[in-house]
Amino acid sequence: MTNRKTWLYFIPYGLWLALFVIAPVGLIIYQSFFDLGHHFTVANYSTYFQSATYLKMTLNSVWYAFLITLFTVLISYPTAYFLHQLKHRQFWLLLVILPTWINILLKAYAFIGIFSQAGLANQFLTFIGIGPQQILFTNASFIFVATYIQIPFMILPIFNALDDLNPAFINASKDLGASAWQTFHRVIFPLTLPGVKAGVQAVFIPSLSLFMLTRLIGGNKVITLGTAIEEHFLTTMNWGMGSTIGVVLIVAMIIVMTLTGDQKPKGGTPR
Amino acid sequence: MKRLVTMVVGLLAICGLLGYTSNRLERSSGSTGDKVLNLYNWGDYIDPSLLTKFQKETGYHVNVETFDSNEAMYTKINQGGTHYDLAVPSEYMVAKMKRAHLLKPLDRSRLTGWQNYDSQFLNQPFDRGNRYSMPYFWGTLGIIYNDKFVKASQVQHWQDLWSPKFRDKIMLIDSARDIMGMSLVTLHKSMNTTDPATLLAAEHKLNQLAPNVKAIVADEIKMYMTQNEAPLAVDWSGEAAEMLANNQHLHYVVPSEGSNLWFDNLVIPKTAQHTNAIYAFLNFMSQPKNAAQNAEYIGYATPNRKAKALLPKSVRDDRQFYPTQATIDHLQVYRDLSPTKVELYNDRYLEFKMHH
Repeated sequence: MTNRKTWLYFIPYGLWLALFVIAPVGLIIYQSFFDLGHHFTVANYSTYFQSATYLKMTLNSVWYAFLITLFTVLISYPTAYFLHQLKHRQFWLLLVILPTWINILLKAYAFIGIFSQAGLANQFLTFIGIGPQQILFTNASFIFVATYIQIPFMILPIFNALDDLNPAFINASKDLGASAWQTFHRVIFPLTLPGVKAGVQAVFIPSLSLFMLTRLIGGNKVITLGTAIEEHFLTTMNWGMGSTIGVVLIVAMIIVMTLTGDQKPKGGTPR
Repeated sequence: MKRLVTMVVGLLAICGLLGYTSNRLERSSGSTGDKVLNLYNWGDYIDPSLLTKFQKETGYHVNVETFDSNEAMYTKINQGGTHYDLAVPSEYMVAKMKRAHLLKPLDRSRLTGWQNYDSQFLNQPFDRGNRYSMPYFWGTLGIIYNDKFVKASQVQHWQDLWSPKFRDKIMLIDSARDIMGMSLVTLHKSMNTTDPATLLAAEHKLNQLAPNVKAIVADEIKMYMTQNEAPLAVDWSGEAAEMLANNQHLHYVVPSEGSNLWFDNLVIPKTAQHTNAIYAFLNFMSQPKNAAQNAEYIGYATPNRKAKALLPKSVRDDRQFYPTQATIDHLQVYRDLSPTKVELYNDRYLEFKMHH
């Protein structure tokens, strides 16, 4: 009886898993083995790994995703830490999350307005005497906007990790004579590391295949794998090649998941 | 729990009310039933007052649905389940839809306005004898310049864009076929070449342009150019018309050595149901007076000779959008290439983008 019940509970989850996780990934892998003439082939993969363009593009994507993730962590950790100390922290957290309610395209267009030749940023630069600069269509502006968009997804898990942290550990650390820096370095940070890892997973993967921002803000000066996928699906209609790049991204995702996965901490456990 | 239930019930009630209201509105405006025509068009690509006039004259109500790319339209019609009576694909897409058997042939005996069209815009390679398509608007690819920063004499030809004076000044439309095409024309080659060596040469030519390229963007070009973000851009005449309307410093040039000639065309998808309404609409839109009104509203060039004659002289003689015959003779229409050849263009173009 209980056994049958558990099995029933599994149905929605199993269906969801089969239809929306296994089937799409399976289809992408399947598609990646077909060329334009719908013949079975591994040519897509050999093209990919023999093409300097695709390899350079992969390198580009990983490099920019790395930079975006790095800046996001550098900004998010102190922010989350600071927010956590505040009195009405749930309210301040809500304010941080608020921008995610706005469509990403609208945010990108808002930045176009701010960064353009006659935009706010350049008006300010003119005002302080530097004069207008080319801000749009630079690598820096691309990283800036991407970081801005990803920040809430990094702050949330870190904030939650800080929330889960038992204050007794911190008190104990202080009682035993650790300085504020030692407490942070030896106790707080290692214990909130899972939150950082979750944030890295949530930020790095989407950053690998950003394509809207590379065009709108980067002016296609930054070309990532997302640009190539968009082109293969929409312009050349070569779904095989597009899927191949998709598979590469999935593999990259698995690698990142493994690296940031829950391993036993090797040292520095507070005991 | 009680609050949750209230919320769900409330949401459902709002949805129901919205559904009911929209249904009633549709019925009261006569958009259901038999006297309708379902038009699948680009956004803002027909004068709305013409739709009202059409309904008054013929009794057919036009439902307009819009798409934003040929590919999106193709996918939607191809997957079936739609009931569009007329669609407006560009020329290469007409060829593709024809091959995929998605179109119904035009019944020429029911068309009354055919003689109004300029014969040089008919019988094109994408649809010989116009068996499936009626031209709607035509246009070109060209250079938009801002006279605050650039003199007209500096940009009359494609090769001028390569000048070192224009370092980091040019915006390109993000379209493989058009940008590769521009490079091919500059090299005095056909815009429809499929020779890999020629395409490689075109890519190398583009790589030399890279230092002058400020950005490769899509629809946003209109906004950027209007806001004086860049002094030069390469874009289609239709987009240019909109930019020029919003910024008087902008001008459009079709280089006389050659460029692309594109067409948007009215076609009947296989799924069409309201045959009488379709021919009533095609004949209505072929009437010189209506075609002229539409052309004035949209700002594109009309293939309807008699309609062009009705346009104000300033529009009719505007060399930006109705180039001289000598220039028109040098324009090239894109052939529909096989997927592998399209891929060839896109691969070279992607390399150029990486280089840039």
